[in-house]
Amino acid sequence: MLYTFIALVENKPGVLNRVASLFRRRNFNIESLAVGRTEKPEISRMTVVVDCPNGDYDAHKIEANLYKLVNVIDVQDVTHQPSVTRDLALIKVMVGPEKRAEVNSLAEIFRARIVDVAADSVIVEITGTEDKIEGMIELLRPTGIVEMVRTGQVSMTRGVNDGVRRVQQGAVGNRYENEYEDMAEMAP
Amino acid sequence: MKKTGAEIMWECVVREGVEVVFGYPGGANMPIYDAMLSYPIHHVLVRHEQGGAHMADGYARASGRVGVAMATSGPGATNLITGIATAMMDSVPVVFITGQVAAHLIGGDAFQEVDVTGITLPITKHNYLITRADEIAEVVREAFYIARSGRPGPVLIDICKNAQVEQCEFVYPEEVKLAGYKPVAHAQKDLLDHAVKLIEKAQRPIILCGHGVLASKAEEILMNFAVKTQTPVASTLLGLGAFPASHDLSLGMMGMHGEVHTNMAIQNSDLILAFGMRFDDRVTGTLKTYAPRAKKIHIEIDPSEVHKNVAVDVPLVGDLKTILTDLVPMVDEYDHDEWLKEISDWKAEADTRDIMNWPDDGKLYVPHLISDIWKATGGGAIMTTDVGQHQMWTAQYYALDKPNRWLTSGGAGTMGFGLPSAIGAWFAHKDQEIWAIAGDGGFQMTAAELTTAVQEQANVKVAIMNNSFLGMVRQWQEFFFEKRYSAVNMLSPDFVKLAEAHGVPARRVTKREEVDEAIAWARSITGPTVIEFRVEQEDAVYPMVPAGAALDHMLQRPAKA
Ligand SMILES: Cc1ncc(C[n+]2csc(CCOP(=O)(O)OP(=O)(O)O)c2C)c(N)n1
Ligand SMILES: [Mg+2]
Repeated sequence: MLYTFIALVENKPGVLNRVASLFRRRNFNIESLAVGRTEKPEISRMTVVVDCPNGDYDAHKIEANLYKLVNVIDVQDVTHQPSVTRDLALIKVMVGPEKRAEVNSLAEIFRARIVDVAADSVIVEITGTEDKIEGMIELLRPTGIVEMVRTGQVSMTRGVNDGVRRVQQGAVGNRYENEYEDMAEMAP
Repeated sequence: MKKTGAEIMWECVVREGVEVVFGYPGGANMPIYDAMLSYPIHHVLVRHEQGGAHMADGYARASGRVGVAMATSGPGATNLITGIATAMMDSVPVVFITGQVAAHLIGGDAFQEVDVTGITLPITKHNYLITRADEIAEVVREAFYIARSGRPGPVLIDICKNAQVEQCEFVYPEEVKLAGYKPVAHAQKDLLDHAVKLIEKAQRPIILCGHGVLASKAEEILMNFAVKTQTPVASTLLGLGAFPASHDLSLGMMGMHGEVHTNMAIQNSDLILAFGMRFDDRVTGTLKTYAPRAKKIHIEIDPSEVHKNVAVDVPLVGDLKTILTDLVPMVDEYDHDEWLKEISDWKAEADTRDIMNWPDDGKLYVPHLISDIWKATGGGAIMTTDVGQHQMWTAQYYALDKPNRWLTSGGAGTMGFGLPSAIGAWFAHKDQEIWAIAGDGGFQMTAAELTTAVQEQANVKVAIMNNSFLGMVRQWQEFFFEKRYSAVNMLSPDFVKLAEAHGVPARRVTKREEVDEAIAWARSITGPTVIEFRVEQEDAVYPMVPAGAALDHMLQRPAKA
């Protein structure tokens, strides 16, 4: 299943590379990764969505490994926390003037906006959860999507609730059951 | 006061207490080498940067301090890679300092430009690229702190040539400020209570002593814990020496070539106390049947090692020495006489198969030779090895009672580690006896460092166990590939002449009766020596847990006919 982590990292050159390299090195599968500045200029915030086939066991592994990076300040798992989640997509659709109204009304239903109109195409901007964006894409597809770009998911927990911190001040969660890979086969 | 970047680097390195560095100069680090002349640093000119990396590693393992190795950009830096990975896998604190092309040339494929921070990202604990002189002081300070604190490891600093020559105001940073990096010391109280309950219930407990015991300098408190709770202590390859081998509670080495009774004890235990070890595949055998009835308490500084290979019941994350110091007063005294008796019965049975208990047949077996060196040196030498059969035999037969005298590449298994790490260790302990046990294969990988030993008059004794084979690979081919020998037959140069050409006194031993005399001869000389032992060619290391087998399914030495 997909897990969402929020990581606060030092805003220094190469930190994104370190995080990406760690995920590659440890064989974690990134679904999306969005980085940006925070209210503090020295800190950047990453929202990372990762496929965790072994559930919490993988989540623990990801958190613990992120902390091996000297530049990582804090990691939370917000997967099961009430939170606001947004993704933004720009979708260019082939439409002549005759079908524009149709796209327009679809956009209205999804609270999306037409942000550019050309002779035979429009650009739709939509913000929302993954599901909502996927829904809109499905409906636009028959009309003819020619180009699309998405920012990747960003998340923030509601109210004062934080996400789960499995690795923090020496506490390392519960016993996570997992079918352990057998590495003992390797050569001399 | 204004100083050049290179001077600032040395100011900071000297303040870390560094007295010796192992390195090799080139275009991109010439300002560093020039500035070095004004500082109280002894520089060891190595013959290959890999050798320099292993020397710094050996120095760090033997001294408990941070080792330093240097190289120029491009090929100089890439020659370090095997040494960096070796230090990383075994959590050894080494700071690597490489020269880099000028900042304005980066990315342009300038002469000898290689993306060193990119290449070393996954094999360092942390690394830095410095483009300006005013970054140097803070980075050097951080690098040493990161290398030695928490779970130790290698840190690389890549310094652009312009940053070495530019001048700036030198202010030594008194404090290290790292936003995210804060190794924890104490474990949580509730988890400690939980651990105490498990210890109280245990009838068949066992301690697995790893390299973390040495890294945390926890030998003494480990002894207190083991004696108070009467818990036997098994050791990983890298943990050897942390608990005295001659102690009644010592079980020796566990794992693939561990002792029979040790592996049996692990498999039959009801509580595993894993201290500073990481359940590497070489010590667990197949995980499906690993210690099936045991509860597990894991004391470990690196949270990512907890639950990684084996799910544990009580993870105690923090500094081992601190946690054991918290734990010892919380546990009661126990005795486990029945359990210890059971283990010693297994041992008695296994001992009958031990080659040391066979009559001497006049042939040269490595276990005998290691035991002879052990006797001659009173078991007190610093021992380094290459990788292979001779390494396992040294681990088995050089019983260590003292810590930080066992230098071997465990996690990476790097052939050629023995000679250079011995030279490094000599700089840490010039008063101690140092033996490098080498394979005929491994020795040829870093033999050029013999000249380094001569140039420095390093008092290291090399013993080459020449079986004319890449022995460990041959053994696997014998056992698991129907004796189809492929690329394991090793032609070697005349090692005696080779050593003598380097200016090193050398001898060859082919008969049992020459052994003691040769060892005494080597010990009587101050400075490097080489003895080549022509040993049995097709002997095999026993016991052996075949890859993928359960830990208690060992191939035992065939009973003597
Ligand atoms: C750099 C490197 N290359 C390859 C190997 C694989 N390997 C493991 S043991 C071994 C044989 C070593 O032979 P030798 O040094 O003669 O020691 P022996 O096993 O004969 O005692 C080899 C090739 C390794 N560990 N390291
Ligand atoms: Mg050999």
